[in-house]
Amino acid sequence: MRVRFWGTRGSIPVALTTSDIRDKLALALVQASGRTFKSYEEAHAFASSELDFSLTHTFGGHTPCVELELDSDEYFVCDMGSGARPFGQHVLAKQARRPATINIFMSHVHWDHIMGFPFLGPAYVPGTTIRIHGCHDVIEHAFRLQQSPPCFPVTFEQLGAKIEFVKLTPDKTHEVAGLKVTPHLQLHGGDSYGFRFDHGGKKVIYSTDSEHKLENRTEAEAFANFFRDADVVIFDAMYALAEAISVKADWGHSSNIVGVELCQMARAKHLVLFHHEPANNDATLEGLLKEARRFEELTRGDHALKVSAAYDGLEIDL
Amino acid sequence: MNVTSRRFANAVSVQVAGRLDQDTCEAFRGQLMGFVEGAAHDGGAIVLDLSQLEYVSSAGLRCFMLASRQAKAQHGRIFVAALQPMVREIFEISHFNLVFQVFPTLREAMAAVSSEAALAFEKG
Repeated sequence: MRVRFWGTRGSIPVALTTSDIRDKLALALVQASGRTFKSYEEAHAFASSELDFSLTHTFGGHTPCVELELDSDEYFVCDMGSGARPFGQHVLAKQARRPATINIFMSHVHWDHIMGFPFLGPAYVPGTTIRIHGCHDVIEHAFRLQQSPPCFPVTFEQLGAKIEFVKLTPDKTHEVAGLKVTPHLQLHGGDSYGFRFDHGGKKVIYSTDSEHKLENRTEAEAFANFFRDADVVIFDAMYALAEAISVKADWGHSSNIVGVELCQMARAKHLVLFHHEPANNDATLEGLLKEARRFEELTRGDHALKVSAAYDGLEIDL
Repeated sequence: MNVTSRRFANAVSVQVAGRLDQDTCEAFRGQLMGFVEGAAHDGGAIVLDLSQLEYVSSAGLRCFMLASRQAKAQHGRIFVAALQPMVREIFEISHFNLVFQVFPTLREAMAAVSSEAALAFEKG
């Protein structure tokens, strides 16, 4: 199984600005500290091995869209944030005019999780089958609504693909084209659902837009059971802990620190920080990642947890 | 976890010893809120003496945050002092050092409360 991140930002897409790029270049030159490079390859090697991630990369700007690539003719993808546009381009290129079958799993229907669907190329291709799975009653309504006049020029009825809506039951394991999926209710305005995917002996958790009330041991244990022994946990780590439980308490999101604690309880293998705050720049996000890694080191028992931060384009092979 | 308190003029030092986590935070929260209520009533301040605190989890940090919120609502003050290296690092990692005034020693925290609290502290 391969996990491919097409969109990792929360709330609203962001893009690098001219001044962001200029700052990265200036900081890279300062870190080079007068060194000279005889070739592009030498300079590239320096940039790859010695500069901070936040100088040579960007965490990216698309809102949530995460693909699970299996050894299958069908596609599996979580949420239709703005990352659905490049995901759709990828599907079209890979299919080479053959119609695709795409299985979508919706955590919830807040705008940042559906806004990419009108730009999903395969939705316009006759012969394509799109199955939209989720636990909410309002999914079809939300998808149709965002393509209703005057918000968008192409209505849902004009799409070429055959589109089906499939209701899932929380805490029940469903089999979707060979992939086992179990939804779990999460604390978020209007509710959200996390998904546990099981395939080929590997477990992937997609748990975004989920706030955790820390004093509630029952809730924490329920999530630890849901995350139990996962190979990858994609986790809503929108804020630092102090922010998540003070000014942004009850906003429906969590923190890097709580992600580490829950994954340690669950003995998960790899935590991936996700749904990045749009106000945070690359350096701030890299700082939150380093802090989460240090917290994991400080609190590690007999089980080591790998910690990463998702970025648009990240691929994790299992 | 063990909690003890001591008054120094208009400051109450609250010493927290042991581990503050999901197992202990509920009881601690009740005790801490009692101190905050009392300090607000007296117009004084709370100084959290964390010199004997070995570990604090997110659940424990949330107790501090709730106490801070309640103190602010009642025009009270909470200071934090004498963190052990690991707890100090957890404060920094979780950005709690941006929310609380953290002092290296209890003496410095008392001086920040008032000259009377500092004097009472020096006298022991």
